[in-house]
Amino acid sequence: MSSVATQQLETGAKGFVKDWESDKQTFHVPWGKAMMWIFLLSDTFIFSCFLVGYMNVRMSTRVEWPPVSEIFSLSMGGAPIPLLLIAIMTFVLITSSGTMAMAVNMGYRRDRAKTAALMFITAAFGAIFVGMQAFEWSKLIIEEGIRPWGNDFGAPQFGSFFFMITGFHGIHVSIGVIYLAVVALKVLRGDYEKKGYEIVEITGLYWHFVDLVWVFIFAFFYLW
Amino acid sequence: MAEGQEHPLSVYFWIWGLLFIISAFSYAVDYFQFQGMLRWSLILIFMFLKAGLIVAIFMHMVWERMALAMAIIGPPVVLLFLIGLMAIEGDYTESTRLEYFGADAGVYAEPHSLAASEEHH
Repeated sequence: MSSVATQQLETGAKGFVKDWESDKQTFHVPWGKAMMWIFLLSDTFIFSCFLVGYMNVRMSTRVEWPPVSEIFSLSMGGAPIPLLLIAIMTFVLITSSGTMAMAVNMGYRRDRAKTAALMFITAAFGAIFVGMQAFEWSKLIIEEGIRPWGNDFGAPQFGSFFFMITGFHGIHVSIGVIYLAVVALKVLRGDYEKKGYEIVEITGLYWHFVDLVWVFIFAFFYLW
Repeated sequence: MAEGQEHPLSVYFWIWGLLFIISAFSYAVDYFQFQGMLRWSLILIFMFLKAGLIVAIFMHMVWERMALAMAIIGPPVVLLFLIGLMAIEGDYTESTRLEYFGADAGVYAEPHSLAASEEHH
């Protein structure tokens, strides 16, 4: 770039913004979508670090890992059914993913009422998921006496990994519920009539990612 | 600005149903207490199927341009190295523990007494 062109560029904070809004576009998608994908990519690495740490500890411990299938069992009047609560939580999250996908579709059809309704339903499923997680945590903490530093069933690391991984995921779901509610309200108000409804798809990306992470947690933490 | 991702609703319903079925299968792996290699391969197959369907269809990755797909799918591949290295490290740590503490895990740390002496009461 010539010095003349450099001199014409704005400096300071304004220049900073100008540089980033350069026309040399790589991703032919709305910038908000590209940024959401990059955020999700970084989040992937955070969750991966947790899960890889968990794998490393679980491979190296000489103490038996607690019987996960029994700890997370739930009895409905009769004999305890293994992993029942977790299975229900999984189905709740998948259902919410489905309603979210439909909300994206309704958004592009510019059906504001249906889009907002489907987003609120998605948020409600998310809230149910968090509620069930709270129930699960209190059961583990109060009834089973599981602590981040030890428990009566086996390897003491079980608690720290359980609370950290599911807690971090639960926070993601909680933030997602708020995010969904805010965007749904703005959809309802007609804020996106001019800008277009990509925002619903972007919000959807975040929500599907939360479901995606749960797929891995379910496989590695609950089924292993 | 590029057009948004709009696809027939039937696609989503199909994937939705598939995700339900695969989830039921992976739950069945635990319910029927499959063990060993069979358990592991089933868990991983169902996991990757579900993850793939979510990313490809719900997150619309199959319809995105390659520039975006590669930028997002590519970097996590490096994680395989991290997983591999940490698996080797975990194995090594276990082997040193075997060497110094002996084959009987209960000798140096009985789960119950460990938890009890450190925290409870």
